[in-house]
Amino acid sequence: MKTIFLATYLAIKEIVRNRGRFLLVSLVIALITLLVLFIAALGEGLGNGNRQYVDGLDAQLIVFLEKSDYIIPSSRLDTNTIRAVRRVEGVADAGAIYTSNTEIVSLEEPLKVSMLAVEPGKPGMPEILEGREFRSGEAREAVIDRNVALRSDIKVGDTIEIRSTQGTEDKFYTLEVVGLTSGQSYSFQPTIFVPSATWEKIRPQSESDMGSDTPYPNIIAVKLQDPAQIEAMSALLTERVANIEVADIDTTISNIPGYSAQQGTVQTQAVFTLLIGILVIGGFFQIQILQKVPQIGVLKAIGSANGMVGLSAVIQIIVVTAMGVGIGGGLTYLFSLGFPPTIPLVFNGVNSLIAVVLLLLIGPVGGLVSIVYAVRIEPLKALRLG
Amino acid sequence: MSDIALEVRDLVKTFSLDGTTINAVDQVSFQVKFGEFVALVGPSGSGKTTLLSILAALLTPTSGQVLIDGQDLSAMNEKTRVKLRREKIGFTFQANNLIPFLSARENVEFMLRLNGKLDHGSRIRSDELLARLGLAERLHNLPAQMSGGQQQRVAIARALIHNPALVLADEPTASLDTERAFQVVETFANLIHENGRAGIIVTHDLRMCQFVDRVLQMQDGKLVRVYDNKKEIMELATATIH
Repeated sequence: MKTIFLATYLAIKEIVRNRGRFLLVSLVIALITLLVLFIAALGEGLGNGNRQYVDGLDAQLIVFLEKSDYIIPSSRLDTNTIRAVRRVEGVADAGAIYTSNTEIVSLEEPLKVSMLAVEPGKPGMPEILEGREFRSGEAREAVIDRNVALRSDIKVGDTIEIRSTQGTEDKFYTLEVVGLTSGQSYSFQPTIFVPSATWEKIRPQSESDMGSDTPYPNIIAVKLQDPAQIEAMSALLTERVANIEVADIDTTISNIPGYSAQQGTVQTQAVFTLLIGILVIGGFFQIQILQKVPQIGVLKAIGSANGMVGLSAVIQIIVVTAMGVGIGGGLTYLFSLGFPPTIPLVFNGVNSLIAVVLLLLIGPVGGLVSIVYAVRIEPLKALRLG
Repeated sequence: MSDIALEVRDLVKTFSLDGTTINAVDQVSFQVKFGEFVALVGPSGSGKTTLLSILAALLTPTSGQVLIDGQDLSAMNEKTRVKLRREKIGFTFQANNLIPFLSARENVEFMLRLNGKLDHGSRIRSDELLARLGLAERLHNLPAQMSGGQQQRVAIARALIHNPALVLADEPTASLDTERAFQVVETFANLIHENGRAGIIVTHDLRMCQFVDRVLQMQDGKLVRVYDNKKEIMELATATIH
């Protein structure tokens, strides 16, 4: 107890009396914090742009075409599959999902969006926040997600025009916006939802696809009666339904084209930034300890225990790091207020917390060498010997 | 309680250097009583600092015994030695004496903190001691804001505040001009005598000997001569002036 008190006393006194120097190091840590938190937010934002829709599905399993390697665009299921899936016992509900890209042209700046066709009331249809779901069938109605609303001034009740390249021609279709959902980005684009029969008519398609009236879903979202039975149900579905393969949500997300590679890149950046942080802190405290050798020698000569001197160094590093992380967190918050919604920054509580904990650890880890060095300094140094 | 603060018996410290053995301290024995101020003199390399380091429990002797206030250093482990340094020994060093980020008062009080003895009464004693050393106006100054002599005086206050049995001063006047050096050592001697501590000052400036009760002269690790009568000491101290 006395050791902790003495160590804290020394550590705090030194920081207060040399506040300029310590503040400078704190600011370096603050900048590293800013960088790490922004990279984490960017990773989350980019990841969200890719996975937000799939992540939010009210389903536990996704059915793909056999041998599609869980890649959504390469999977196209037979129309009967949905009925077969619904018949399997243990399946609470299932909804077909059809994916494509299009462009809203009835805006000053055309907006590229994902156009997803889903079945109202089935898994795949996100919850409506405002307005209503579209009627099924061929209704020329659309539900937009919040990302569309953020990037344009489209509101429920508006009419939008989309462009699809079908065969060799550009076709234009008008849709009435009837509802709004939360953010449902897919494939880095904001999303509009349409009924499946409408989708089949208005989606971009190649010459060979044209003329068909039957929409083929890419995937089926399956909601289980018992969400804990993911593995058993996955096996059962594969056994009962022909020509499919089944993945859980996490597998589906990591197989979204580019998703894993992108997250890997972002994480590598974050890790290297943390490593740089460790080196910076390590360097600073090592240089500082080298300058303080005589002082530490005196402290020990007059009867300070090694543990107290070491603890004092630890406390100092923790205080400086915590201050830096605190300032950095504040700066990050201030900066984040000024960022436009088009930059994919998402501050996820869990990720930010992990980043902050790692940042708080870089101090002690970086300062480890200097702490060991401080503990090992011989008190004889005070007497010009040893 | 015995009146012997420090007892040194047959102390030997050998260093090996390139295969040759050097006796830095060679069969040294002496005693210092409470209230006695002793100077340790000798040319460079005579073993003064090595002897001081052993007395300060900073260096383990090759053989021989050191008893501080009756406690045998050789029988102690490192933890007990740290405790002994904290409780029984006061130090002043040649340079870098003070903790640079603590004020004069805080440096002295730190010694009390270390010993868990900082309270209202000891705070007052600490300020009085600093005032006695002419530092009443300097209580809140950091070491860097004080002269070398002032720093040495703060160090003396720190060395005495916890009433140690033994006070060791390593070349306290090395960086001071003559007048300040005399002042510092004289005050030091007075405080040693008044408080009944045992004091040892290592110096190569023989003029400082005029304030001590006894002079131990070292050469090649051996104690070659002891001056213990006042007349001899004064002769030694003034001889160098002419």
